[in-house]
Formats: sequence, structure tokens, C-alpha cells
Amino acid sequence: MSSLFRSEEMCLVQLFFQTESAHNCINELGLLGLVQFKDLNPEVTAFQRRFVKEVKKCEEMERILRYLEKQMVKSNIEIAETTEREMVPCPRDVLELESTFEKLEQELREINRNHDTLRQNLIELMDIDSLLRMTEDFFEEAETLLSCSEAPSEDSMPMTISSPRTTRRNSSFSMTGISGPLHLGLHMFQALLQVLSSKNGSQLLKKCFGDFFMGILSFGMLPFRLQKRLKQCHHDITFNTDTQRGPVKKDVFIIFVQGEHVREKIRKVCEGFHASLYCCPKTLFERKEMSNSVMTRMEDLRIILRRTEEYRSGVLKRAAEHLHEWGSKVKKMKAIYYTLNLCNIDITQKLIVAEIWCPVADLASVQYALVNGSEQSGSTVTPVLNRIQTKQTPPTFNRTNSFTEGFQAIIDAYGVGTYQEINPASPKQSLVLMDVLLGGRYIILLMGLFSIYTGLIYNDCFSKSFNIFGSSWSVRPMFHPRGPWQNKTLHENHHLQLDPIVPGVFSGHPHVFGIDPIWNIASNKLSFLNSFKMKMSVILGITHMLFGLTLSLVNFVHFRKFQEIFLQFLPQLIFMLSLFGYLTFLVLYKWSISLSSESAPSILLLFINMMLFDYHPEHTMLYPGQKAVQIFMVVTAMFMVPVLLLVKPLLVYRNRMKSRQQVFSNHLNDEPAADPHSSFSQPQKEELVSMGDVCVYQGIHTIEFCLGCISNTASYLRLWALSLAHAELSEVLWRMVLQPGLKLSSSAGSLMLALLFAAFAVLTVAILLVMEGLSAFLHALRLHWVEFQNKFYEGSGYKFTPLSFDSLTKTQQ
Amino acid sequence: MVSHSLALPMICFTTLWGLVGIVAPFFVPKGPNRGVIITSLVLTAVCCYLFWLVAILAQANPLFGPQLKNETIWYLRYYWE
Repeated sequence: MSSLFRSEEMCLVQLFFQTESAHNCINELGLLGLVQFKDLNPEVTAFQRRFVKEVKKCEEMERILRYLEKQMVKSNIEIAETTEREMVPCPRDVLELESTFEKLEQELREINRNHDTLRQNLIELMDIDSLLRMTEDFFEEAETLLSCSEAPSEDSMPMTISSPRTTRRNSSFSMTGISGPLHLGLHMFQALLQVLSSKNGSQLLKKCFGDFFMGILSFGMLPFRLQKRLKQCHHDITFNTDTQRGPVKKDVFIIFVQGEHVREKIRKVCEGFHASLYCCPKTLFERKEMSNSVMTRMEDLRIILRRTEEYRSGVLKRAAEHLHEWGSKVKKMKAIYYTLNLCNIDITQKLIVAEIWCPVADLASVQYALVNGSEQSGSTVTPVLNRIQTKQTPPTFNRTNSFTEGFQAIIDAYGVGTYQEINPASPKQSLVLMDVLLGGRYIILLMGLFSIYTGLIYNDCFSKSFNIFGSSWSVRPMFHPRGPWQNKTLHENHHLQLDPIVPGVFSGHPHVFGIDPIWNIASNKLSFLNSFKMKMSVILGITHMLFGLTLSLVNFVHFRKFQEIFLQFLPQLIFMLSLFGYLTFLVLYKWSISLSSESAPSILLLFINMMLFDYHPEHTMLYPGQKAVQIFMVVTAMFMVPVLLLVKPLLVYRNRMKSRQQVFSNHLNDEPAADPHSSFSQPQKEELVSMGDVCVYQGIHTIEFCLGCISNTASYLRLWALSLAHAELSEVLWRMVLQPGLKLSSSAGSLMLALLFAAFAVLTVAILLVMEGLSAFLHALRLHWVEFQNKFYEGSGYKFTPLSFDSLTKTQQ
Repeated sequence: MVSHSLALPMICFTTLWGLVGIVAPFFVPKGPNRGVIITSLVLTAVCCYLFWLVAILAQANPLFGPQLKNETIWYLRYYWE
């Protein structure tokens, strides 16, 4: 049982193993997961460590692996999961792996680059293609229109032009700077020209045309005005191109210009809008040729792209099979190199010295693991284990299974236990009634079971009581032959109170299990229940705190600090018992004797008067001699305070004086002291804490304990408060929700009842189970962490973090 | 079942929880969980017994009785023993 409540006993062990077998040995230890390596080079920075290059290499490999993984995810390739344990690679394999990775990365980057270039080309070709198509339609339209009209008119479209002019028009399109009857076509292009917001455009083209631009413009890049204008004239030239950023809408436009100056301006405007310009061949024949070549090139490109993608996914698929395995190998390597950085390598480079913390119970398995490791590496020399005694504090290791893990996590959240002090992670923690809660499933289960038990004791089930054993109170004896009541009394008074003094009313033996069911139907139920629950909380609280105090005693015994028992434990115990133990006694005593209600003293007043030494003759006492007893209790308690405060610092002071004198006398007596280090270092070590610190610490501790006693006891009254709140909530739900539903007399009553019951159920679960359950858990936890644990728990340890590949892979996922 | 004041339930429950908390730990089979099981048993016994004890003691010598509505009194007069 003692090992349950304490952390494991740890030992510091020195390991010696050969450099060749280092990897395998550490690998075996990592698989075991039971040793924590101590840092033997604490002054060395991370960059000066011996294996920093290798660690960097591992990180580089991890980066490559992450890149590969991203690529695979993008291409929707599945990454295989491996569950078998891989052998850790030796340094040779590391180089191999490294080169494989680098090659893979190179390959993949190249493929991606090529892919992008090809895509870019394809897009360009597609642009040109659609552009050509559009201009084809455009010119055809223009031709037909021109061939039909004779005279130009400013505002009518379509226009007709005599046919002999067509050829001339065609040729004039290919020349620059020719004026002439081309202004006929101008009106057609008027709408287009409004795109160019410069004045030059429209004026110019009134004269003649020259070159024209064709371009592809991404629609979204234009400001809205221009977009609208473009839209007006080109309603069916938009098309979509898929680019890397998803489909982008693009627009084709044609601009006809004359003159170098304007052309440059327009070119700049187009470049400003990120339009790509293409030069268009002027003749129909050339355009057709160009279109064909573009088509063939596009087909080729498409095939090449497809091949590239196939190749790429092939490469990724092959890599995906091994990705997981490589990942864990690299992780292990990194961990091993990191561990090696913590060790010492001796001068000859042949031996590695490591210091580890491991549980004493597992020394044999550690030895076995090391032997395994060295065998695997084929070295002839078995590693040496050498357990060394040390004064350093080992890490705290609590062995847990799935049942205790939840509790241990909660305790560790407060503070990792100091090495080997009592571990408060006991499996049963709930003191209050409540049902379900978040947290470890065993905590929930135990809370649930205990709250059912509490419900039975309080005799409160959905705010109703069970009458299994029969009530101890009976009404009949209150009536006439035996008691004061008549039938008339009943008629006249709405409420009547039963009097336990009247014989027979109270049967003399209390309800066997729990609260009597009559209290549920009494209107002064709360008077009784409040008194009961408050006293119960105080009793439970004082018991809990005394238990905590006892645990501190157990700690002192374990750590052989017998002095502390008399300096710390005993004064605390006496203080607590004489005040609050006495209070508990008063409560229990008053419950056990029968009193008349008029003469019964209130415990609260008794206690207050006791502390104030206020004894008047008219104050009734519970038992004879109470005054003397109480005075004795208070005086004892008050005496314990200076004992707690002063004795320990005085003793420490005296010890230091004595040891200093001894040192001086040693120093004077024999110059070549036999062991100067020990006699000098000991007082120096203890005097790390100065006298002032000791006094202050003790003062704080005394005040904390004494004042804390009172406040902590009162703190336990939250048990009463929560219980009251819960009972009231339960009653409200019954009285306001379910009971009206049951009393409904209308014809739709059954439906209403169903609905009301649904509401009742939802509210019960949400408020009474979830909210109150959380609340109960929280308050129980607080009572544990503060009131209970401050009696004994230091919580200043550091957690045992062994080298464990299992936990590595867990964090990876 | 006629109980003589407090004695009978006291003996019953003390024996019961005493069995759970003091005797049963000796019969827990040896294994890695022995400590946990014993702790659970002892804690259960202590908590549950204490809770029950406080509840019964609080009602053993009542200083005042329940205050009932007259209808309730009427009903109880005739229907409860």
C-alpha cells in the first residue's frame, strides 16, 4: 500500500557502452520507455553539442518528409500506415536515407517546375486560340456588314458597304496609316472604342485605322466602368481559362489604332491592366494557319501534361508506401542523437558515458535491454551499469493504469509530487452528491455511484422521499387523549407542528437509513435539513483535514524527519483537535443526549463564547464541567501557536551555532584536516537558507495553518450550500413543471403532459446532471487541492519523462 | 421490525461497513491492483459509514418536530400507522 501512495523509488545509474553499440542500446532503451537521461553537459549550448550536425540532418529530412506529405495530400494519394516496429537505422543507413530523400525532393521539384511551365504554355496557346476564333467571327461579321451597306451613317447599324470595297478593306486592314472610306467601319467599332477612355482614340479613329491590337484581358482585372463597356459590345467572347488559382474569366478585345504615339499609349494602358497582347496576322489565310498550328501545339501540350502528371503521381505513390516508416525512423534517429548529446564521450572516442534515472524496480529490464542492444550491434563488450548514490532529487514517477490515470492527471495539474511524498491520487474523491460529469470515466462512475448513495441517505429522489422503513414520527399521539390537539385545532390552524416531547409522537428510534420521509412533506423541512447538512459538512471537513494532517505524519516518518514530527505535526494536530475536534465533539454530544428544546444551547453560541471566554451563569451548558474543559482547550490551542512559530527557528539557530563552533575548533586543532571538503561544505550547504528566511518561512507557515484552520473548516460548508441548491432546483422542477402537467384536466392534457415531461427531462439533464455535476466536481477538486493538500502536499517535484518511442509516435499522430 | 432505539441499526451498519473496510482487504487477491482495490474499499467504507452515522445521529434526539399542513395531518392520522 505504501508504494501505491508514493512515487516510485528511483535510482541514478551510470551507463558505459561502446560507441558502435550506442545507437542500438539507446534504441532498446527508447523502446522500453523507462529511463530518463540526465544532461551531463548542461553548460554546453545547443549549437556546441557534439551531434548537432546529425540532429540538423534529421530535421532537414523531416522537412523533406513534410514537403512530400503535402504534395501527396494535394494529389490525393493515400499514405500507408505501418504498424510494425522498424529497426532503427545505424549511421550508414542514415546517409542512405538522406540521399534518397534529397533525390526525391529534387525530382519532385523538377517535375513540378516542368509541370508549371507546360501549363503556362498551354494557357497561352488557349488564349491565342480563342482570340483567333473571336477575331474570325468579328471580321466575318464586319465583312458581311460592310458588303451590304452603301452609305455611311453616323447612328445606324448595321451598315452596308458595296462589295468592291471589301477587298480594299481587307488590304487596308493590313496597312498602316491609310485614310479613306474606312470610317464606314468606324461606327461599328464605335462601341469598342469607347472602351478606351482617352480622347485620342475616338477622334483618331474618325479618321482612319492602322494597326490593331488583339489582346486577352482578364475580366476581373478591369475597373468596373471599363467592364461595363466591354460587356456591352462583347457579350459572347468571354471564356474561362483554368489557371492554377482556379478558373479565371478572361475577355478578348481588339483595338484598332493609327499612329505610333497612340499605339504606345494603348500598349501601356493594356500592360497596366495585365492584358497579354498578341500580334495577329493580317490576312485570313495566315490567321487560319496560325489557328491550326495552335491547335496541334495544344494537343501536344495536353498529352505531355498528362504524361507528366502520371509520372508525378507514380513517384509520389512509391514514396507514399514508405513515408510513414521513414517518418518514424527519422524521429527515432533524432531522439537518439538528442540523447547522445546529453551523454559524455570520453577521450578515446570509444566509450560513451550516460547517467540515467530509472525506477529501482526496473533495473533488471534496463540491463536486459542494454545487453540486447549491444548484441544487435555485434559488439563484444556488454554495457556496464553502475548504480550511484546521490543526494540529488530524482524525478517523480507514478505508475498508473487506465483506472488511476485520470486521477493522477488531476493531481499533477496541481503540482507534480515531490519525490516520494504521499500521492493524494486516491481512487475515491467525491464527497458531495452529484451525478454525471466530464473527466475520466472512472471518476464519473464513482461520482455517480456515490451520489446515488447520497440520494438514498438524503431520501431525495426527484425531490420526493421513499417511505420504505416507515416514519419515526406519528401524528395520532398529538391528538386528544395523549396530546394537546383537538379536531377543532385542526380546523382552525393551517399548520401545526409536532412536538417530540409529547410521548409517542417521536417513536424514540430514528429512521434506520437516511432522513425520515416525513420531513419531505413538512413545511419546516429546511430548518431541520439545514442544521443537519451544515453540521455534516463541518464534521466531514474536519475529518478530511485530520486525514491530510495524518498523511504529513506519514511523510515525515518516511523521510526520517523525526524532528519535524514534534516541531510541526504535533503542534498542528493539537491546535486542530483542541478547537475543531472539540467542536465536532460538541455537535455529536448534543445529538446524542436528549434535551428539552427550551434549554438547549446553541452550538454556535457555545463556541463563540468559548473563544471569548464569556461565561455567564444564565448560559446553559451541555454537560457539567464544560467550562473548565473549554478553557483548557482554548489555552492549549493558543499555546501551540508560539510553539509552532518559534521552536523550529530556535533549534535551527542553535544547531548552526554549534556546528560553526565545531568547524572552528576543527580548523584550529588540525591544520591538514582529514577531509576539509565535508566539514566545510556541510555548514555552507545548510546556510544557503539564511536565518531570516527560516524565521519568515516558519511565520508564514504558522499563520497560514492557524487562520487556515478556521477558513478551511468554513470552506467545507460549500457541501451544504451545493446540496441545498440542488434540492431546491429539484423541487422547483417538480412543482413548477411536472406537477402542473399531472394536474391538467383538459382534453389535450395527455399531449400537454407529454410535452411538459419532455421539458422536465431536458431541464433535469441540463441543470441537475450536467451543470450541478460539473459544479460538484469543481468544488470537490477545490476542497482537495486547497483544504486537504495544504496539510501535507508539497508538490515541488519534476515529472519523470523517459525516452520512449511510444510516446514519440503518439505525439506524431 | 421493532428496533430498540438506536442500537440495532447501529450494530448492523457498523458491522456491514466494518466488513467492507476492515475484513475485505485481507481477501483481495495479490496482483498489481491490490493496493488500489484496498484503498477503494477502505475509503468507501469510511465515507459511506460516516455519512450514514451523521444522518442517523442527527435524528436520534430531535429538538423540534415537523410542521405539517392540516390536510396532511388529517391524512396521516388515518392512513399511517
